[in-house]
Amino acid sequence: MITKLNHVSIFVLDQDSAYDFYVNKLGFKVHTDASMGPGMRWLTVCPPEQPDLEITLMAISEGMMFKQEAATQMRDLVSKGTFGFGVFECNDLLATYEELKAKGVEFTKVPTKEFYGFEALFKDDSGNWFSLGEKAK
Amino acid sequence: MNMQADALYPKMYLYRRVVQAKLFIDTHYHQPLNLDDIADEAYFSKFHFIRLFKSTYGKTPHQYLIAVRITNAQRLLKSGMPVTDACYTIGFDSLSSFSALFKRLVKQSPSAWQQAELKRDAEIKKAPLNFIPNCFAEMNGWV
Repeated sequence: MITKLNHVSIFVLDQDSAYDFYVNKLGFKVHTDASMGPGMRWLTVCPPEQPDLEITLMAISEGMMFKQEAATQMRDLVSKGTFGFGVFECNDLLATYEELKAKGVEFTKVPTKEFYGFEALFKDDSGNWFSLGEKAK
Repeated sequence: MNMQADALYPKMYLYRRVVQAKLFIDTHYHQPLNLDDIADEAYFSKFHFIRLFKSTYGKTPHQYLIAVRITNAQRLLKSGMPVTDACYTIGFDSLSSFSALFKRLVKQSPSAWQQAELKRDAEIKKAPLNFIPNCFAEMNGWV
């Protein structure tokens, strides 16, 4: 019986820039930052109130996981905003929207009341997009 | 897009001011801040401000300031800064009140927390593979 999801990967163009985005802009906490040598860095972050879900910021680089052609295609697709990787939650969407805007985060949809909830869409520094919803009160 | 949000939500300007106050705390936490300064910064009366801030962030501005200071203390302690230096750098002027607050929020004393973090960092440096799920490491050719 599977009981939990504890790691999830987000593919990023540049780990240093992703670190700045997820830690300094979104306010996530670094869980593990382990360097194995040039181009081999295991970097995971957690949303502030979810320390047991590690988001692995995986560099799209040529290696065992990606052949050169696949890496090039993947970088292209990510930067074009092809992938939506998840839904984040906050307590107050208008305040969070305002704060992230002030920090330079790009939103592709302003907070909008939908039949399923109150939601905005934003992009990370690579081009991955996320929904940001407000916790039901 | 800001104008679009402003048009949709007439109270957006209030959010903007509360958020500005929060960002003010985030960047000035190490200074001797008092609530009047922060409320003034946001153009609010003190009590209106406390109420709005708490309904937005779930903490009073004072509770939030303490949380920001302790988070920054953790960052400094993790970088190896001595406990006393970290205490003064984040804006506390008493080591005992800093230690007591740290312990209340983190459930460990600053020095015990620091030792555990530095030990973990040293272990990551020494044997990084112990901290990486093996399937990922294998897939990337790291083992």
